[in-house]
Parts: sequence; C-alpha cells; structure tokens
Amino acid sequence: MSDETKDKIKLMEKEKKQIKPEEKSVDPATIKMLYKAQADGVETIFDRAENMKPCPIGIQGTCCKLCSQGPCRLPLTKKDIEGKDTRQGLCGATPETIAARNFARMVAAGAAAHSDHGRSVTEVFLAAARRESPDYDIVDEKKLRAIAPDFGVAISVTVDDVETPRGKYEIAVEVGEKALGEWGKQHGEIYYAKRAPKARYDLWKKLDIIPRGIDREIVEIMHRTHMGVDQDYENIVKQCFRAALADGWAGSMIATDLQDVLFGTPHPIHGEINLGVLKEDHVNIVVHGHEALLAEMIVVASRDPEMVSYAKSKGAKGIVLAGMCCTANEILVRHGMPIAGNYLQQELAIVTGVVDAMTVDVQCIMESLANVCACYHTKLITTNSRCKIASGETIHVEFDEHNALTDAKKIVKIAIDNFPNRKGAAMIPREKEKMVVGFSYEAIEYNLGGTFRGSYVPLNDNIINGRIRGIAAIVGCNNARSMHDNAHLILAKELLKNDVIILTTGCAAMAFGKAGLLTPEAAKVYCGPGLAEVCETVGIPPILHMGSCVDNSRMLSAASAVVAAGGLGNDPSDLPLAGCAPEWMSEKAVAIGHYFEGSGVYVIFGAGLPVDGAPVFKDYLFNGLEKVVGGKWDVAEDPYEMARRMLAHIDKKRKALGIDKARDRVLMDMADRQKLSAG
Amino acid sequence: MSKLVAFAAIQGAYNIVSKAEGKLKKTLEKYGPEQKLEFPNTAYYLPIIYSILGIPVKTLADAKKPMEICRGLLPSHIKNVYHLPYLGPLLDAGMAAILAEEIVEAIRYIEDPGFYLTSEEIDEASGKIWLGAAEDVIFRKRGIEFVDGSAPGFAAIVGAAPDPETAKKIAEEYQKKNLYVFMAGNQNGTTFSEQLLEAGVQIGWNTRLVPFGPDISAAVFALGFANRAAMAFGGVQPGDAKKMLLYNKDRIFAFVNALGDVGAEWAANAAGCVNWGFPTIADTDIPEILPTGVCTYEHVVANVPHDQMVQRSVEIRGLKVTVADVPVPVAYGPAFEGERVRGEDIYLESGGGRTEAVEWVTTKNINEVEDGKVEVIGPDLDQLTPPAQLPLAIVAEVAGRKMQEDFEPILERQIHHLINYAQGLMHIGQRDIAWVRISKAAVDKGLRLSDIGRILHAKFHQDFGAIFDKVQVKIYTEKKKVSELLTKARAVYAKRDARIEGMTDETTDTFYSCTLCQSFAPSHVCVISPERTGLCGAYNWMDCKAAFEINPTGPNQPIPKGDMLDPKLGQWKGTNDFVLNASRQKIAQVSLYSMMVDPMTTCGCCECIAAVLPMCNGIMTVGRDYTGMTPCGMKFTTLAGSAGGGAVTPGFLGHSKYNITQRKWLSGDGGLLRLVWLPKMLKDELRERLHKRCEEIGIPDFIDRIADETIGLTEDEILPFLEEKKHPALTMESILE
Repeated sequence: MSDETKDKIKLMEKEKKQIKPEEKSVDPATIKMLYKAQADGVETIFDRAENMKPCPIGIQGTCCKLCSQGPCRLPLTKKDIEGKDTRQGLCGATPETIAARNFARMVAAGAAAHSDHGRSVTEVFLAAARRESPDYDIVDEKKLRAIAPDFGVAISVTVDDVETPRGKYEIAVEVGEKALGEWGKQHGEIYYAKRAPKARYDLWKKLDIIPRGIDREIVEIMHRTHMGVDQDYENIVKQCFRAALADGWAGSMIATDLQDVLFGTPHPIHGEINLGVLKEDHVNIVVHGHEALLAEMIVVASRDPEMVSYAKSKGAKGIVLAGMCCTANEILVRHGMPIAGNYLQQELAIVTGVVDAMTVDVQCIMESLANVCACYHTKLITTNSRCKIASGETIHVEFDEHNALTDAKKIVKIAIDNFPNRKGAAMIPREKEKMVVGFSYEAIEYNLGGTFRGSYVPLNDNIINGRIRGIAAIVGCNNARSMHDNAHLILAKELLKNDVIILTTGCAAMAFGKAGLLTPEAAKVYCGPGLAEVCETVGIPPILHMGSCVDNSRMLSAASAVVAAGGLGNDPSDLPLAGCAPEWMSEKAVAIGHYFEGSGVYVIFGAGLPVDGAPVFKDYLFNGLEKVVGGKWDVAEDPYEMARRMLAHIDKKRKALGIDKARDRVLMDMADRQKLSAG
Repeated sequence: MSKLVAFAAIQGAYNIVSKAEGKLKKTLEKYGPEQKLEFPNTAYYLPIIYSILGIPVKTLADAKKPMEICRGLLPSHIKNVYHLPYLGPLLDAGMAAILAEEIVEAIRYIEDPGFYLTSEEIDEASGKIWLGAAEDVIFRKRGIEFVDGSAPGFAAIVGAAPDPETAKKIAEEYQKKNLYVFMAGNQNGTTFSEQLLEAGVQIGWNTRLVPFGPDISAAVFALGFANRAAMAFGGVQPGDAKKMLLYNKDRIFAFVNALGDVGAEWAANAAGCVNWGFPTIADTDIPEILPTGVCTYEHVVANVPHDQMVQRSVEIRGLKVTVADVPVPVAYGPAFEGERVRGEDIYLESGGGRTEAVEWVTTKNINEVEDGKVEVIGPDLDQLTPPAQLPLAIVAEVAGRKMQEDFEPILERQIHHLINYAQGLMHIGQRDIAWVRISKAAVDKGLRLSDIGRILHAKFHQDFGAIFDKVQVKIYTEKKKVSELLTKARAVYAKRDARIEGMTDETTDTFYSCTLCQSFAPSHVCVISPERTGLCGAYNWMDCKAAFEINPTGPNQPIPKGDMLDPKLGQWKGTNDFVLNASRQKIAQVSLYSMMVDPMTTCGCCECIAAVLPMCNGIMTVGRDYTGMTPCGMKFTTLAGSAGGGAVTPGFLGHSKYNITQRKWLSGDGGLLRLVWLPKMLKDELRERLHKRCEEIGIPDFIDRIADETIGLTEDEILPFLEEKKHPALTMESILE
C-alpha cells in the first residue's frame, strides 16, 4: 500500500462521524455499552448507520436488478409527480411493476424464512413422534389433541360404539406427516385456512388466494418476479397474499403449534431482561437467532449438574444462559430463561467482555458479530447448515436433532473452556427488568375465565363496554436508522393511555420488557382508567408478550377467537384492532404485515416502506386494498402520528360496530330469556 | 383491587380444601369406603360434582377422585409484586372450594343424620330449621317456577343482617319481587334464617325463604339446585361443565348477598359463584371487581346500603322483575302463596266444610259493569270478633268486546293463587270447594274483604286485560245470598264441564303451541290440542287460546293443523312445519298420539313420564310425586333426567296427569289399553275419571287390571298379575314394531 493510500484511509477514518450514544438508544444499558465499545475501539452497527446512508433509489423500491441489462434505476422526480410519469426500465417495466416485484420478493423471503423454520420444527417433531430422537418428546399432549382435528387426524377410534382415545405418538406421527405435507402440497388448501373465521375464509375463497402449499406459493413469487413475467401489480399482490397467508396460517402457525407440543404451550411465567442478566463470575452463554430446537437442548445442558460442576472446576460460580432475539423469546416464554437483549444489542452483549460463547442459529444474525468477537475472547458458534459465517474464527457445530443434547453439551463445554480466557476489563450494565410473559392464545383464554369458563368473551365484553378501546399488535424489529426502542415505547405509552390493550412479540416485546412495561404494575402507571381496571381484574400486564416472531400466528388465532366470542362483527376486519411494526427492518416483517393485512387487519409500519417511488402501486397498497381484503397498509415514521392513526382506525371500527356510545344495562325478563338461542 | 380478593380467595380455598380432605380421610377411616355418600332422594348424586365433573359420587370412596381434582385446581398463592395473572386461578380456586364443600356437606348427612330436615317446611318447635339439600320432588316442584318465570331467580344470602328487622325488610322485598332467598352461613354465630324467625317471618320452601344451613358450605345447596335445574329442565349433560356454567349465567338469575365481614372462605365461595355468573353484592367495604365478562355485569360490588340491597342486586345481575302493583295494605306476591295461616293466627275462616263458599266468574253486558267497583254485601272483617266464620261468595262480573264464555273458567281459576299471593291470606280449592283463612296480622294491617275485590280487579287487568274491558267484584257474606249463588254457579259449572267434554281434536282446525319452557329447554315445543293438554298439566287448549288473545306474540301461538299426514300417529303438515321452526330446526316431525314414532319433546316440567315395558307389551307411567322405583328400572327423577330437557326420546314421553284420561292419550300406540302399571297414588287421584274412560272403552274393571307398586316394581313381578287379569295389552300387536 502506498503512503498516499495510507494517508487517504487515515483521513477517511478521521472523517468517520463519532456517534453520541444518548441519541442512539433510549435503553440505558445500550448507551453504556456503546460508550464501552467506543472506548474499546470496537465498531458497531450504530457507527455504520451514522456513516453509511441508505441507497436513495432502493429506498424508493424502484431499482430493478432482475436481469443483466440493468440495474435500471427509476427514482421518482418532481417531473414525474407533476407531469406524466414516463419512467420505464429497459424492458419497459413501469415503476409500479418494479416496486411490486421488489415488494413481492421481500414477502417471499420473509415467508421463506418463517416457513423454513417451521419445516425444521416439523422434521424434529416427526422424529420425536417416531421415537427416533431420544432428546425430544411429545410434551403437551393436550395441545396435540387440540390441533390434530385441524389436520383431519382423528384423536380417537370408535369400535362398536365404544370410543377409545388414540395414543399420542400415533396421533403425532400422523399430524407430523400431514403438517410436513403442507410444504410440498400442490393443490387444494392449507389445512389451517379453516381456522380463520368463516367470513374471512369465504372471502379468501372468493378472491382465490387460499394458499395451496407453502413452497409452491413462494416459488411462484420468484417465478412471477423473474424478468418478463408478471407485469400487473395487482396480480403480483394477489400472489403475495397467497405466500404471506401460507406463512401466517401455515409455516409460522405450524412452527408455533408443533413447538408448543414439543416443548409445552407457554403460560404466564416470570422473566428478566437486559444485559444486566449476565454475571461476571459465571460462564455466560448467549443463544441468538430464532429457533427453539437447539436452544431448548442448551437449556437442558446448561442445567446439567455435570456441566455446572465442570464450570465450577474452571473457576466459575455457575452457568448463565441468556437469550437474544427470538431464540430468547422461545426459551423465555416456556422456561423463564433470561434475555440479554434485542436485535440491536447483539454486538453489545459481546462488548461486555463476559460472554464466553454466543451460539447463533438463523435470521437477524449480523456478520459483524465475528469481528466484534475477535476484539474480545468470545467464541462465536454457528449451528445451522443454513447459516455459516466466513468471517473471523467462527466455529461451526452443526445441530442434528438425533444428537441434540450431545451437540448442546458440546457447545456448553466450549463456553466453559473459554471462561478462563477472558481478557480486558469487563463491564456489565446493572440494568435488568422483571417481566411477566408467556401469553399464548391458550393462556389468554384460561386467564380470562379459568379451567371451566375460559373464553375470550370477557375481552370482547370489555371492548364493547368501552373499558378497552381496542387491541393493538406491536411487533417487529429494531432498526439502526432510528433511535433504538424509542418508537416502540412512545407508541405503546400513547396507546395504553388511550385504553388500547397491546399484544406483542419479537424484539418489540423486548423493548417493552426492558422498560418495565411487561409487569402488572405498569397498568396503573401507563393505562387509561378502563384498561387499568381490566388489567387489575385479570392481574395482567397491559402488554401481553406472546412469544417470538413466528408466534405472530398466535395473534391470528387470538383474533379469530375474538371474532368467535361474538359481539364484535364476524370478521377480523370488523374488530377495533390495528397492527404495527414501528422499528421494522427484516423482510419477515413485510411478510407478517402482508398476512395480517390479508387477514383483514390495518397494518402500519414505521421506518418507511420501499414503495414511495411507485405512487400508483403505493396507493393500491395503502388505499385500494381495503376494499378488497378489508385490511390495508400504512406508514408513519413518527410514533405519535402512528398512535393517532391507529386510534382513528380503532374508533372507525367501534363506530361501525355501534359501540362508540355508552350502552344501557340490559335487564332481562322471561320473554327475553325465551328468545335466547339454543346452545 | 381484585388482587386482594384473589389473595384472600385462594387462601380461603386452600383452607376449605385442606379441611375437606381431612374430613374425608377421617370419615373414610371411621365408616369405610363402601359407606354411602349421598343427598336424600335425588337422581343427581352430589349435583355440583356430578354436573361439573361428570362423576356420580355414591360412596365415600367415590369422593376421593373429586377431592383430588379440588387439590389439583388450587393455584399458587399470589405474590405481592410482579404477580402472575390471577383471574383464571381465582376462579379455579373458587370452584375447588365449592366442590370440596359439597363433599363436606354430604359427609354431614352421615355424621349427623338429623341435622338437616328433608322437608319443604321447617320444624321450629323441635329446633329443626335447616333444610339442606332439597329432594328431587321439592326441587322439581320449585324448579318449574324458575322455568315458567313465576320465580325470576334467587338471592343466596350468606351471613346475617345487622338486626332482625333489617333481615325481615330485605327478605320481604325479595318476596315481593318473587325471588327465592336461599340462606347459608353465619356472621359470628348469627344467621339470617334465625333473624327472620325472630322477626316473626315464616321460612321454608313455601314462603320462598329457604334456610339451607348455618355454615357457608351450605351455599352448595343453592348451586346444586341451580345445576339440577340445568340438567333436569335444560338437558345439560353431566360433565359438560362449560355448558352448565354458561347455562346458569344466561338463564338462572341468581346472585349472592354477603352480609357482614367477608373472610377468606367467603371470598373463595364468592369466587366459586362467579364461575356460575353469579355476582356478589356485599354490605361491607370489600374490594370490588367491576369489569364485566365472566358474570354478565359486575362481579363484586361492595358497600351497598341495606335499603338498596335488593334493587342493586337485581340490577347487577341484569334481571328485570315486573312487580304487580296491587293496592292492598299487606305485602303481595307469589312468595306469600305458600304461607300458612293456622290456629291462633286465624281471624276469619270461610269454606273448607265450616261454611259455604263459592267463587264464580261470569260475563255481563258491558253496561252492567262498572270497572273497579267492589261491593261487600254482608259483614266485613272489622265487624267481626276473631276467630270468626262466615259464608263467602266471590263473584267477579266481567265485560268486554273480546270476552268469551270460554274465558270465564280461565279467569276463575286464577282466583286461587291471586288471593293466596296476599300476605296473611290463605286460599285452598276452587269453585264450590273454596276455603279461605285470613290472619289477625293481616286484619291488623287494615286488610278487609273488599281487598279481595281490589286484588282481582288489579290482577285481572294486569294479566288478562287483553280479553276483557271491565270487571266488578261482589263479595257476599250473607248466608242466604251465598246459598243462592252457589246453586247458580253449580249449574254453570256443569254446563262448562259438558262443553269441554265434547271437544275433540277433530272439531277444531287450530291447535296451540306452548314454548313457555324454552327459557330453560330451547328446543322444547308443546303442541296442545283439545285432547292433549300440556305435559305440565297447567295449560289446556282453552288456556292457550286465551293466552294467545292476551299476548299475540307470546309463547302460545295458534297452529293451523293443515293436511292430515297420519291419523293414527296424529301428524299434520301444519304441526310439523310449526315444530320445525319453533324447535330452531331441531325437530322435523312430531306425533301427537305416539310415544314410539316421532314423539313430542319432553321438558322437565312434565307431570308424568310414560315408558315402554317391552316384556309386558305395554306402557307404564309415573307421576312426579311418586319417589319409588318403577318397573322400567328408573325412578321418576331419573326418567325425567334422561328424557327431559327438550329431547325427543322414543319409548319415553312426558305428559300431564289429566291427559291419561283423555281419549287420544297414546292412541297411536294403542291408547289406555296399553297401560299396565301406574303408581297407586296416581290411580287414586284419577280414579273417578279413569273409571269413566274404562266404561267408555268397554272394560269397566280395566282400572283393576292395571298393576301398581303393591303388585310389583319390575316387569317380572307384574307380568303374572297382568296374565292373571287378562290385561288386553298382552294380546295386542307388539309395541316395538
């Protein structure tokens, strides 16, 4: 390298803007670790976001790189807005076609990610059902029996009028086979489509958007968006619905259900969150990514007395297993395992200097982890054949469901062996918060009425009587382009103040956890009087943590249950309900948003949506679709504005339902009772 | 502050379940597992456990399983901070407490057999004032009042009022609103029931003020009553807990009044009741639970002043009670119907063999009637010295454009209960066998004979205003006048009876429906024809006709018969179409004359249930007053449990007593000639009319060929008797074909 070049690099490095941690996150632990990273000379995503702007054409969704004649860049200019929009690519593709194709490929990638996760779960489930995988078992038989009929699997046999229940493994094998078939199915409908309220199912049928099979719909998006195929944005969006619904109502939903059967359906449980859960005198293992399969085994391995005493032999007082991202959510909601942090904290966990190993499985894993690990002693371990990291000194321990516990122990051992290698000054922020989590669809039902009266009726009742104004789903990621956790918290507090109950998953849930919003005590502090009273009656936090991002499927089940409980219309689009992802960043979020929309829900995203360069297509997504599917897309980068629009939507639905005014108490006489329907 | 309630209730449930476990263990050691564990004379075992868990507990050993379930239902204690949700666990804890208490109360029947009196009435003289579990005969009789709306619900009062006077006020206010009051528990040893006795209030099933027991656990008798009603009248299957509880929430308008300090065990019971949708309204400052959902409205409401207790409770439960405003100086309502006037209390007595007495409703020309006019001809109460006796004639003269002669007996039959509803006025019988007693207390309050007229005027207008315009009442107490009227009335009675006798199903094109019981049994539809009175015995064709005139959108609708489809079975196109619609598409075809082919639905209100006896090739029937075993292997109450609830059950059919002597009774299956077994008491009750029918069918001694319980209780036992008597059923075609 010439001296001139060296000088240039030096100059560039000098010009790199230094971030101000307080402007990057509202989370004190994150701020502290950013200072430590700066002091340690470690670059993080926060620094890169400061110094690298997003592509100005990509952000509009109008860069087409589908063939080698391009990339064709079609930015929206003033001229296109005021005059006739004459933009086209070499092949003649309009900005609408290009943006729709780009959008569709995001849906495809997101659906693929969730669904491929679901496939792995199903394979392990089947192995457990066939007793081929000694470390896994059918744990939640009740749930197995509840879901089997949805796959057309009988849970009992009747011979000569005598009904005998079938064995759990027998049922599980059949369920597993039927479930696995959902990926490769070419015709007909996915089984779970019928779980949707009848009005929704009928609409899907009418629109011809019921997914045939999971893989097929994703492949078809890839085909249609190939150069020179689908050039009608409405037709492309239609296929997006098929793939997205295949995600929400099949890939993700099967993942959730079968994980519940394998590991137990979540019920309310205590947890702790933030980097403060790490302990300096313990071996710290962070499991990061999205799957529960291996993490479940690492939970077992980390509690193994043999492993604990091995850790002690290395001078540690014990083993801390902490989660990160959705793998964390999976083991949190089932075992109360602590969470180190959400997506934007993954590098910062290593910056503490006390993480002896970080294992990763799939999704949302930053390649920069390898570089950060190189600055400390942390071992980075990839575990999934789909996700390897070439950078740094990453170790690969491939997870095999037939030897799951052995693999898990191998990982724990690597961490323990690494404990003595810690170097430099460690610093663990004190911050950690308590939380109450684990609100599966089933848990909500139970907690609203107990073993004998469990039902969603009390929720509906309090929506109808106005104590609860509506329901918001706040899901999604962190995004380095906006202040970490900030939009989540502002939005949530605005909604709670207005008596909107919140359902949450993923990294959004963690933002709430860190801010103490996932405690029952938060209800009195943040909620309007109506919601506070309901929370007090049931004993719940005002925000219900339902799990990981595949567990957004639980929200679909809950919405269907709310419809079924009655009094709020007959379709999810009738409900005073809005969904949002204020700090989204991954393609999975787009798939989720689209399946919510296809299920009739108003969906609003923060952090923009790459469709601004194609105004006609954007208008179709944001306005035109409401008439077709009942749901629609929207974007608001300001969380206060987002809250305003969600409330406006909720109020619109309340008005349509006629529950915008106080209702008189109905006193029943005999004639009223005689009119009650049978049932 | 639901958290405090949850905290206390869960604590209370632990206490209750632990004590119950201890008690069960000790009792098992003392009496052994085979010891019977039961409530008296019921087909519903321990009814809460049976209905919620589907477990028929018959012995001490059988109680072990439900006890384990109670333990399993107990949730973790509630932490003060960062607690887990508690509403679901709270309800489970409440249910555990209730189920455990039912076992405890059943054990009391073993350990202290005389503690509860199995009766409708208390025996105050011998100190037996606790009635415990109602046997099925009482339960059915009273349950029907919930079904037909004459009792809109019940208040379960636990604890005690601050003083007897307040207790009396609250109780009387519920009585005036027609609600039952079920009493349990005590406040530092004082009970609401004893307070009422102290204040001179009659308690017992007859006055709707039921003293179940002195402990909070006696609340299970109230819940058990409600669940039996759901099983017997609503057809809810044992073990279908969710349906059972929702049924109670939607259809049984009950609630709890907690009077006095609410401890942990009371809280557990209150939580248990919330499972049923029964809220708690308290007079003390306890934490409230106001959001709705499990109950229809609020769950726990506190600090309600005693003078607002009744009104607030009814509102919180979402119940509308329309109370007749009757301008008399004594309290008035169905709750006073069963009150007795005895011995020393009697001020005046008329009829009942002491003097002549008669009641008569007659139609007059509209110009002859001055609406609301009441005349007493002869001495009134203030002119007498107790104990007095007087002849009595009560004559109501009605007029109106829609009034028909056929409606006279309908109005006349009302006189019995309308008069009885007045506190301090007792009425028995009807027509020329009427018997009236008036108490000293009532006269003290200012009651006069003219008030009888005011009652009839007010109530006739309220309930039957649609069929007449004017009514005036004359009350005669002069011997000569009464004798005259008696002769006149008897002539009219004879004419009426002859007319009814002549009516047949063929002489009319219109039948009537009765869906009154759909409040409890939503698919039940009674089709009532001149020759088939309603299965409850309360509605005949004429009653329905009048009821339709009175309320054209009510439960009695005309059914045009339409084309006859099957003369033998009694099927018409019109009746089938009507039933399909009225049963909410559950039943497409119905026979009026057969229990074998498309029989009519049976609701739990039926007076009798007929069942096929295949070996005898005949039919038996049993009335609900008969508690013994029958040749079909089931007691009445078991039969009603399996055939009631609005179900169609070929081979079984509910019917009225009177119906047995009507010509079309089961004529499609062979009619009266098939009748091979009948309880003696029913035979005696119907003897006169039965005898007439026997002559009509040409076998005058047929009645003596029917077996009863003195002959046998199984088919094997009665068959030789039937053979000996050459019972015609034995030679008829097979009943099963």
